[in-house]
Amino acid sequence: MSVRLTTGPFEPGADLTRFCAGRTESGAVASFVGLARAEAGAATALELEAYPGFTEVEIGRMVARATERFGLHDALVIHRHGAIAPGEPIVMVATAAAHRREAFEACDYLMDYLKSRAPFWKKEHGPAGARWIEPTARDLDDVARWDGGSGP
Amino acid sequence: MRVLLFGRLADIAGWRERTLDPPPATLAALRARLADADAALGEALSGKGVQVAVDKEIVRGEAQLRRGCEVAFLPPMSGG
Repeated sequence: MSVRLTTGPFEPGADLTRFCAGRTESGAVASFVGLARAEAGAATALELEAYPGFTEVEIGRMVARATERFGLHDALVIHRHGAIAPGEPIVMVATAAAHRREAFEACDYLMDYLKSRAPFWKKEHGPAGARWIEPTARDLDDVARWDGGSGP
Repeated sequence: MRVLLFGRLADIAGWRERTLDPPPATLAALRARLADADAALGEALSGKGVQVAVDKEIVRGEAQLRRGCEVAFLPPMSGG
């Protein structure tokens, strides 16, 4: 399992290739890449603040829970912080499992947790000024899906 | 001790990091001292969804503080 924070751009394709390399028992790798949106010109840059030494550890705990819950063989989380331009990748999650269902679900689970429970603070800069973005009602509903007794 | 503010809390306070020596004995005393100096910050720190980490571990409720510790106030988080 690997958690990486970076202030510079990253290449999701290259990371996915490395993540898949040498796997002979994982029949499934699922991945997700989140990109910064321009919001039709309303967002000129995104600024993500992390708490170094805390953010990686908290994400590592999330990944450990996902690994146990879905029986993952491996997982990768890459997350940008600092200034991010529209169109650039912000986050990448990849999960490896024996079969596709576990890989898909673990990827979905990790993204839901990252959206509303990972220690990042997100500020959107635009022509109208800057605003802090907090989890939406939809984000909170998404993560709550995993807290109940249903599902794996 | 170090006090760290993240996200909108740092914007409200106008600072991100402060050193307090000697430290207040408890988290409640620290909150009182910060609110005394800046009422808007005091209110924001006790706002909905604001969590506290002492030495990079989330604490709920009261905590004892000691010299050299690090207290971080964390507003609602949003990654991805």
